[in-house]
Amino acid sequence: MNKEEYQKLVKDYTPKEKKLENALIAFVSGGSVGLIGAIIYTILLNFDIQSKTANIWTIIILIFLASLATSLCFFDKWVNKARCGLIVPITGFAHSVTSSALDYKKDGLITGLGSNIFKLAGSVIIYGVISAYVLTIIGVIFNVKF
Amino acid sequence: MLYLNAFIFVGLVSLIGEIILDNTKLTPGHITSILVVVGAILSFFGIYEYFIDFAGIGASIPITSFGNLLYQACLEGYKNDGILGMFTNMLTTTSGGITSAIIFSAFLTLFTKPKD
Repeated sequence: MNKEEYQKLVKDYTPKEKKLENALIAFVSGGSVGLIGAIIYTILLNFDIQSKTANIWTIIILIFLASLATSLCFFDKWVNKARCGLIVPITGFAHSVTSSALDYKKDGLITGLGSNIFKLAGSVIIYGVISAYVLTIIGVIFNVKF
Repeated sequence: MLYLNAFIFVGLVSLIGEIILDNTKLTPGHITSILVVVGAILSFFGIYEYFIDFAGIGASIPITSFGNLLYQACLEGYKNDGILGMFTNMLTTTSGGITSAIIFSAFLTLFTKPKD
């Protein structure tokens, strides 16, 4: 086998980067989560629930569905396929909390589940709180009004 | 139109996340943290209100709405109670999401086992 043939063989076996396909899958799956949320929201509005309350219920129902799917072990496959399409919506938050609960449960209730449940989702809360706090202080000091 | 706008908005935010994930070495944890901070900054400049007008419920589904809600709650607390309000009011509106994630994950994983 000469060098050119070898190069061709390597090229055939290296996994191709499917950036465009990944992006399209993320767009469609993320959009579907938004669509499901909108459907739940309109169903809730039919029950004489105020729009603000229906908003929170929609988020809680989506979190419940994602937690249920994660604890039944088939959500991981979907996340591997859709990637950011399921990680960026609120389902990703529920998935990370539930999967760390599932993984660390074997280490005991305190040192396992209790201390590791926010292992992945903690950074979201921490940096959200810090940035909101700093931005409020900046807004107050400079008296910003947009 | 509510359905279509929600589809487009959530899809676009996911698309931005996927493009960052594919072209850099950042992990999904980095991306969700960055998007939360971006949401707070957009809320600070008053841009997030336009997204809510456009997409309705769709604007509160991506993780960026977490940053928006945190900033709005913190500002509301400052207006009502001053510096103390910034501490006591910060997590009020996001409490629904955080608490439900804890409760559901704790109770649902009591009865299930990881596959491998």
